[in-house]
Amino acid sequence: MAINDLITGLLLLASLPFFLAGTLGLLRFPDLFCRLHALTKADNLGLGLVVTGLMFQADSWHQVARLLLTWLLVLVAGATVAHLIARKALEDGQRPWSRR
Amino acid sequence: MIELYLGLAVILLLTIGLGLGRVLRGPTATDRMLAAQLFGTTAVAILLLLGQASASHAIQNVALIFALLTAVSALTFVRRTSIDNGAEEEQPDGD
Repeated sequence: MAINDLITGLLLLASLPFFLAGTLGLLRFPDLFCRLHALTKADNLGLGLVVTGLMFQADSWHQVARLLLTWLLVLVAGATVAHLIARKALEDGQRPWSRR
Repeated sequence: MIELYLGLAVILLLTIGLGLGRVLRGPTATDRMLAAQLFGTTAVAILLLLGQASASHAIQNVALIFALLTAVSALTFVRRTSIDNGAEEEQPDGD
């Protein structure tokens, strides 16, 4: 097994717990704002690991650049959307969950 | 390697299926929109893996477009519901 296949396999397997953690957080967290955290941080990190793993399998620099730009676009879009959704929720009157 | 890509794609599909639980339960419409956001990010990962498995890198271009569509749909949701709630202060776009 070539070394880049091994690295790709390790990185792809490492991304799986991040996706599962993101979905689990979406289901189990008590509040909208906490769910936004789980979604934009854990899932995007899992996607970053998938992209890094696939970069080792690419045939040309063109493909590497395309993978990297896809991931950066998802990051920026996720951050913007999370900010807008949270601001709208605050304007609607929702307050963050607290233990009291 | 192809079995690894396909197996991971199937597991990510099951993850999306789990995320549907939030669509059922979510107390507000915003929670349901968060599930759509989950679909977008996970679908980009699935498309990239499938593109690698089938050695057809055109599918990876589709992943890029999917990321854009997710962002646009979430922006449309925020825009629509804040116009419905608040006063209609928007001027229509000039011709």
